[in-house]
Amino acid sequence: MSKARSAPVRAAFIHLALIAYTLVALFPVFLTLVNSFKSRSAIFSQPMALPTPSTFSLIGYQTVLSQGNFVGYFQNSLIVTVASIALVLLFGAMAAFALSEYRFRGNTLMGLYLALGIMIPIRLGTVAILQGMVAAGLVNTLTSLILVYTAQGLPLAIFILSEFMRTVSDDLKSAGRIDGLSEYAIFFRLVLPLVRPAMATVAVFTMIPIWNDLWFPLILAPGEGTKTVTLGAQMFIGQFVTNWNAVLSALSLAILPVMVLYVIFSRQLIRGITSGAVK
Amino acid sequence: MTRILKSILFATTVLAPAGLVATGASAQTATLTIESWRNDDLPIWQQKIIPAFEAKNPGIKVTFAPMAPTEYNSAVNAKLEAGTAGDLITCRPFDLSLAMFQKGQLAPLNDLPGISNFSDVGKSAWTTDDGKTTFCVPMASVIHGFIYNKKAFADAGVQIPKTEDEFFAVLEKFKKDGKYIPLAMGTKDQWESATMGYYNIGPNYWKGEDGRKALIAGKEKLTDADWVEPYKTLAKWKPYLGDGFEAQTYPDSQNLFTLGRAAIYPAGSWEIAPFKAQADFEMGAFPPPVKKAGDTCYISDHNDIGIGLNAKGKNLEAAKKFLSWVASPEFADLYANAAPGFFSLNSTPVKMQDALAQEFVSWRQNCKQTIRPSAAIVGRGQPNLDLEMWRVSANVINGTQTPEQAAAETQKGLDSWYKPAK
Amino acid sequence: MSDTEITDIETVPVKRPIRWHIAVFLAPAFLVYTAVMILPLIETLRLSLFNIVEGQLAFVGFNNFKTLFGDPRLSADFWNALRNNVVFFIIHMLVQNPVGIAIAAMLSLPGLRFAAFYRSAIFVPTLLSFVIVGFIWKLILSPIWGIAPSLMDLVGLKWAFAPWLGKAETALIAVSLISVWQYVGIPMMLIYAALLNIPDEVLEAAECDGITGWSQFWKIKLPLILPSIGIVSVLTFVGNFNAFDLIYTVQGALAGPNGSTDILGTLLYRTFFGFQNQMGDRSMGATIAAVMFLIILAGVALYLFVIQRRMRRYQF
Repeated sequence: MSKARSAPVRAAFIHLALIAYTLVALFPVFLTLVNSFKSRSAIFSQPMALPTPSTFSLIGYQTVLSQGNFVGYFQNSLIVTVASIALVLLFGAMAAFALSEYRFRGNTLMGLYLALGIMIPIRLGTVAILQGMVAAGLVNTLTSLILVYTAQGLPLAIFILSEFMRTVSDDLKSAGRIDGLSEYAIFFRLVLPLVRPAMATVAVFTMIPIWNDLWFPLILAPGEGTKTVTLGAQMFIGQFVTNWNAVLSALSLAILPVMVLYVIFSRQLIRGITSGAVK
Repeated sequence: MTRILKSILFATTVLAPAGLVATGASAQTATLTIESWRNDDLPIWQQKIIPAFEAKNPGIKVTFAPMAPTEYNSAVNAKLEAGTAGDLITCRPFDLSLAMFQKGQLAPLNDLPGISNFSDVGKSAWTTDDGKTTFCVPMASVIHGFIYNKKAFADAGVQIPKTEDEFFAVLEKFKKDGKYIPLAMGTKDQWESATMGYYNIGPNYWKGEDGRKALIAGKEKLTDADWVEPYKTLAKWKPYLGDGFEAQTYPDSQNLFTLGRAAIYPAGSWEIAPFKAQADFEMGAFPPPVKKAGDTCYISDHNDIGIGLNAKGKNLEAAKKFLSWVASPEFADLYANAAPGFFSLNSTPVKMQDALAQEFVSWRQNCKQTIRPSAAIVGRGQPNLDLEMWRVSANVINGTQTPEQAAAETQKGLDSWYKPAK
Repeated sequence: MSDTEITDIETVPVKRPIRWHIAVFLAPAFLVYTAVMILPLIETLRLSLFNIVEGQLAFVGFNNFKTLFGDPRLSADFWNALRNNVVFFIIHMLVQNPVGIAIAAMLSLPGLRFAAFYRSAIFVPTLLSFVIVGFIWKLILSPIWGIAPSLMDLVGLKWAFAPWLGKAETALIAVSLISVWQYVGIPMMLIYAALLNIPDEVLEAAECDGITGWSQFWKIKLPLILPSIGIVSVLTFVGNFNAFDLIYTVQGALAGPNGSTDILGTLLYRTFFGFQNQMGDRSMGATIAAVMFLIILAGVALYLFVIQRRMRRYQF
């Protein structure tokens, strides 16, 4: 494919630039992790130092694991995040396909309507959402969170996906139609695999605010059985006392699952592109 | 990809009802939920207070459900409006809880057994303006003052300052010695500047309740000398704060002091318990210094926390039982000793074990008490006087605003909505 | 709303039979989105036309808007927040997006080793919770605990250090840059995907014509990824004018010092939900939300109807 004939000097410069930025990106994260393994006084007296035998402390992790059911919180966060992403991707791709593929009356209006949601923070609808969930008997269930996050993620997903779907070759679809494929088959079998990179991108964008959201878990599902990790970690931020050890530990732990999800999706992104189905 | 999608969808349809079932089955015994912003107190409630209550009241289970204090007001309001709030609501003082009562969200508690254990002053933060109805059981007040590092004072050979001149002399000494940061306070979070600064030292200038009531009556203005002078004193603190105090946060200040790097900490009594747990040196406390030796001293002794009844709660009877227990001397004793620095408002005196807490509370004997000036009546409009004072106090200490400008700005904001009753 | 549109399709004389599949494709997204997001939001925005008059919620027409722009204090707060928000957005456009594009361009070079590692590492900040971002940057920039001062000391720049987050002149820039740091991953990912989507044939043809390196990026790749840059810009715009959490965790709800980092999102939050002893004002909050909505709508419409129409789209 590529001729791999980049001059070594240029390659060195590129690596230098990338390494520099990687350091900028990772240094604060590194600090977070390092400090989560230190005692409180060491966090503040030598924030940069690596934990030494005298400052090493697992007190944060111990507090986190002994206070509340963090394994359960992780499970809740995962269920909510994964289910919401799945629904956003499926519903979003379907709607985006309809908008980008077919000409029908009200297409633009529908597109605009579905894009309205990216312009107002959904948080403003809190009271009405909560009342709706009470009426539906969904308070303190993960379902309520999944519904809210699905609704919240859809506008952006549709916006991005329809943009990408417009770049899918018309010839391919016409060929499919000539072969007698139904519209559903064209969508699921031809188009969906082609927009996989875009789907992976949307998945990553959808995932972050959901995983890190504090507000809706607090309002809709604050019960012990439905708490999410972010809400659980918030327990250690008090009015006058903040248990930084515990907060840093809980949040360091909370990074791991998102990292894993991210790696899965970004693999998809690359594989989708390099599988060569398009070209 | 679609296969993954399908299996995920399937998984959620199976799991979601499981969540429903789990939450549906917990209504046999009366379970009370307490909404609170006191994350800090979680262990105290779980280990001491709730077991003590449950032992005496079989059939009632209590859950303490605290959340981050910054989210508390908005979250509880949303839950109250939608009817999903817990049975017991921890009450912020004065106008916020009053608004909840006026909306019918908090129930009146005049006939609650035990409410008579509190004096009118104790109940003042949770009573209607006409003084007729009380809607929260008072739990605790907090006192302002200064906590100091005894070792630092011994090192520098200084005594507790009684007057303002002595106070600044002590600060000057620490600054010259250079071993300790004289004052541990920052302006980044703004509220410290007002709460531990202006509200702390101010009562000595505006003469406590006299000034506060005159302000409400419209007889005094925030631009009067008594109200401007504390800003002038605050402005003089600037050279004694740590380097880069403009970006120093509240936890920074706490850590500076408890790590032994600062000499004096402008404080509220709520710091006692965490400081005791974190500092490895002896601490003492002194009230805000007066202007001249022999002046009457005033302290801010602010009703801070109460607990009320969700009028639309499901277990009203059980909740009332709990509330009258909160009003009992037994609870007062438990809470005051478990959370030293939160002083009981119960008329029955509480014996406190903690020496530093005793020190704070002993000032009540010689000094006149008052509450924060922005809390009651003048604090219920827009712009909110309390938040305005946070902002300008920080500005004054940062030196970006003169005391006169700060005072004029707050008075202007107050004038825009507040008309004193004639 | 769309039910009528979809039934319209049936009544319109079309060559093909009724296209039910369009309705099927749209229905799930439409239903969830309308029920859980749009209806509650309408319920809230409706409040911008109502206010409490003598203890009762009453229809007041556009009076709330008059108050917002007429009342000296409220309008000063609003314009201050809007101005800060514009600065916030400009910094993102000038720093975040060019940096994101540059990184994506480097990453997409064929044969680059460790590309996957760089890509993941640079994306990590985007995955972090605001609580961590706020805490760690406050710690780094803190004048007391001294990570930034001591690092700057190493390179002889200690004199240049200032308590940036605490100074009215620098706080907004500092917070914007923290936000840029956190979100650079998003333009990077989108542009990276777009760059990888460029078929090899196009690039090979360019190389045959002797267009390589920089000029290849400017002449071939950049025009091809313009639609993606358009999306990134519009997303940045929408994201910035809805931003809230980062300022809230770094500077608090008052967005100090002296309101210098207050943007529309923080102003809205304070007004709508209240803060500390200030009570929430639903009507005024909804009014601010409505104005924000119009601002964002105007920006998005500008993109959709002016910029996007002029942009050529390439099908591969």
